[in-house]
Amino acid sequence: MENLKRGAAAIVGVAESDLGQVADGMSPMDLCAQGIMRALADCGLTLKDVDGLFCAMTQQRMSIVSLIEYLGITPKFIGSSMTGGSSFEFHVAQAAAAIDAGLCNVAVIAYGSTQRSVGRKQSSAREVNPYETPFNPFLPTSAYALAASRHMHQFGTTREQLAEVAVAARKWAQLNPVAWEKKPLTVEDVLKSRMISYPFTVRDCCLVTDGGGAIIMTSAARAKSLKKPPTYVLGCGHGVTHMNISSMPDLTVTGAKAAGEAAYKMAKLGAKDIDVVELYDAFTINTILFLEDLGFCRKGEGGPFVSGGNIAPGGKLPVNTAGGGLSYCHPGMYGLLILIEGVRQLRGECGERQAKKHDTAMVHGNGGVLSAQASVILGTGATL
Amino acid sequence: MPNDTTSPYATYVSRLEKGELAYQFSPAANRAVFFPRLICPYSGSDRLEWRVSKGRGTVYATTVVHPAEGAPFNVALIDCDEGFRLMSRVEEVAPMDVKIGMRVKFRVYRPGGEDDPVAVFTPESA
Repeated sequence: MENLKRGAAAIVGVAESDLGQVADGMSPMDLCAQGIMRALADCGLTLKDVDGLFCAMTQQRMSIVSLIEYLGITPKFIGSSMTGGSSFEFHVAQAAAAIDAGLCNVAVIAYGSTQRSVGRKQSSAREVNPYETPFNPFLPTSAYALAASRHMHQFGTTREQLAEVAVAARKWAQLNPVAWEKKPLTVEDVLKSRMISYPFTVRDCCLVTDGGGAIIMTSAARAKSLKKPPTYVLGCGHGVTHMNISSMPDLTVTGAKAAGEAAYKMAKLGAKDIDVVELYDAFTINTILFLEDLGFCRKGEGGPFVSGGNIAPGGKLPVNTAGGGLSYCHPGMYGLLILIEGVRQLRGECGERQAKKHDTAMVHGNGGVLSAQASVILGTGATL
Repeated sequence: MPNDTTSPYATYVSRLEKGELAYQFSPAANRAVFFPRLICPYSGSDRLEWRVSKGRGTVYATTVVHPAEGAPFNVALIDCDEGFRLMSRVEEVAPMDVKIGMRVKFRVYRPGGEDDPVAVFTPESA
């Protein structure tokens, strides 16, 4: 992002809230609160230090106001951009800018959802679009399925290759103590599962879970005195191409291309310099599209690239090391959880699923139906 | 300034009621615009002309929705020959037989009751 300074801000605290299926009556705000208290403990700061607050939620129309009420704090700077699942990657860029401008010094970015407990219909209001709704697409799944159909037609991508993405995610999830789905999964299992919107079976689709979390950001200067090694924000970028799938210019090229280019430029890095990749895998096609658009392979070569365990544990490129939205956790808007995993990987806190090289991470958020894309490149102190 | 007397959507629907697939053309951008709106997203111009499509197009992308209850059905994106794309479905063919690249022609589907008519397609060869 132009004029945002490489490494000027850092993520210093991260934590998930309770995940999966949370206690009866737990609210989205309760989950935010859990995430915030745990993330503050992770870096040794307290709520009194927080003077910047960011959040976006599907279950609270004015979520930032609700969160201020809940916490009883009076932050100097607030933000609540709502771009769906990528909201939090946008918030990172906004928090970095606010911190650099002196508008706040300690920023919290939080999220919580109880969509599994209350049901998907209760957790996000259905929007009517007179140009799409009459045809009953099962959204968001059918929109991504349309993109997959186009990728298959244009590049010969197969259902088996899509399934490889789900299988790799499951293998990572098996190494993550808090992942929701850990049963062994094969390509054949994915293909034989219940069809949802062709070419996707239920195993090509993200989980429906509760969950949330928080991250704490501050200036590079202050970050050095906190509990854990800082994770620096090296690059940010975004690309918004459409809202509805019928308005997406080319279903095989996403806004991740522009997002990645801007983030790489700011970070002075390229795809070849990235050690760990955390992508928003709402559906199996996402991983393929984003690996292509972010430059990890050429356009159209995502299918072969994800095959043969290449992105699974022990493969060439560690992708979605927590198990992804496909197998770890998907609480409605998953983008905050990939930031948490990216930071933990760079700190070397990931135990069995720890990537061998972990100085740089590409964290890429997706919102809507491939609509709002935002990349954040993270780095350890060694990359400054 | 007096209020507009109609909306882009109302104009689109009134054309469908007459059996026409209407779209907008932006002289400034020299290209079709869809969905109908008040500003051309390619040029920023607020001059948009209404035109009527010949109703021929090609399937750009396709999926088959498997609802919890009832039969699977098609949802497709259609590229009309005039250079605009819309969501629709292809009828009179099994949903899995709707293929990308298939030539299709427009017809109006009238759901009746309170619901507005919509543009659907059938295979050109049918």
